[in-house]
Amino acid sequence: MPLAAQLDDVSFGYRPGQRVLEDVTLRIGEGEFVAVAGPNGGGKTTLVRLVLGLERPTEGKALLFGEPAHRFSRRRTLGYLAQRSELGGDAPTTVREVVSAGRLAAGGLIGPLRRRDRELVAEAIDRVGLSESADLPLRTLSGGMQQRAFIAKALAGEPSLLVLDEPTTGVDAESQDSLAALLDRLHSELGVTILYVSHEFGAVERFVQRLVLVRRTIVFDGSPGELPGLWHDPSHSHAPV
Amino acid sequence: MLRYEFMRLALAAGAVVGVLAPAVGFFLVQRRQSLIGDGIGHVAFAGVALGILLDVSPILTALVAAVLGGVVVELLRMYGGTAGDQALALVFYTGIALGVVLVSSAGALNADLFQYLFGSILTVTRTDLAVTALLGAVGLTTVVLLYRALAGVVIDEQGARVAGVPIGSLNVALSALVAVTVALSMRVVGILLVAALMVLPVSAAGRIAWSMRSALVLAMAIGLGSALAGLAIAYYADLPPGGTIVLAAAAAFGACSLAGSVSGRSR
Repeated sequence: MPLAAQLDDVSFGYRPGQRVLEDVTLRIGEGEFVAVAGPNGGGKTTLVRLVLGLERPTEGKALLFGEPAHRFSRRRTLGYLAQRSELGGDAPTTVREVVSAGRLAAGGLIGPLRRRDRELVAEAIDRVGLSESADLPLRTLSGGMQQRAFIAKALAGEPSLLVLDEPTTGVDAESQDSLAALLDRLHSELGVTILYVSHEFGAVERFVQRLVLVRRTIVFDGSPGELPGLWHDPSHSHAPV
Repeated sequence: MLRYEFMRLALAAGAVVGVLAPAVGFFLVQRRQSLIGDGIGHVAFAGVALGILLDVSPILTALVAAVLGGVVVELLRMYGGTAGDQALALVFYTGIALGVVLVSSAGALNADLFQYLFGSILTVTRTDLAVTALLGAVGLTTVVLLYRALAGVVIDEQGARVAGVPIGSLNVALSALVAVTVALSMRVVGILLVAALMVLPVSAAGRIAWSMRSALVLAMAIGLGSALAGLAIAYYADLPPGGTIVLAAAAAFGACSLAGSVSGRSR
């Protein structure tokens, strides 16, 4: 299987002598749906940054679709949902405006969106079930619906790899189930590679093909059925150190 | 009021700045960087002082200083490992300290300097207006062309960075736009109040807008209305126009907050 993302013997620290991640090897095939979990401070977000080429390994190598991740030439094919939305200020941004931002890299920086781009935006909004709310201000929607809008934004860029960093922060349990089911459907329909990163596997565990547990290094990498019962909550004291 | 040429020129210059300042400030407010205009205004003060010292156009030297200051803030943020507020503070205080030293060297602590600190829109000449209109048109055209890109960065800077959008270049372009706006606004409201026109109309618009695009258009309309109303009040009440323009914008914020609360849109 061709690899979408690859970390080989990667170690990383933000300062000399520091080791946030140590000796990490992770290979994600194209079309896989993988969940990465671990306790807070376990290096999950750093792992995401290394996968996306936003940081360079101190040791080892990080590749995206076979290219060095930090010099990846097709960045517009990467969809990323950040841990926390930075959207603030005073503008009541609508769902459609948020999703349109997902066409920025592919649709060019200057002037209005072209017709094809607008169609892709509408399609992405439809895929996440927000067509009826497309022109409503984001701030009037629930946390779960806001998260769907940002997933639609990532989808609008027609990504080959979709990375979600703590997508369920601040989202209620019902919406988390709904979000996991949505990701499963998108994975089936679009065949997009999904890397789902969270402090717990949660609702997504039912849908993914692989679970990866990170605590400074990878302590488990296998199918959900292989994960020891006590480790389903990665912050549990019995989880490996 | 309109029978006097100085008022016609003042209203025209005020209209340009009234539209441009919120159009540029819009992106700063959405990124919670409302005080950048203030910081760059203080760097412009050093430019004014340098112009007075060298006996060249203080507006021109202020423009150059403001552009340099804006770009330095952005470079410090991007490459210097400096937090945004600290980068701003560094440039802010260096600018004003440099201005004080240069003004002292020029022996120019007088009315010449005060017109830049507090504005002097009633002394705008036809040439000043032509320069203001030209730079204003360039600034507004740039905002229109880059609207989608700047809005996209406001909505999700991290996602845009991952997707390869040139965030650094867009941030530098925004800093340059802020610098041009500050230099143009000096004559209208003065360095000390320059950021108010970039922030208050945007905050006011946010209380009643229904989308990002509507917020931008409303902010420009409120900025225009504040500039024209403030000038009219200053004329009839014999008050300093810089102050009345900003107070008009503050009143618009109050009115929009009230309207937003009544309609249930206010947060």
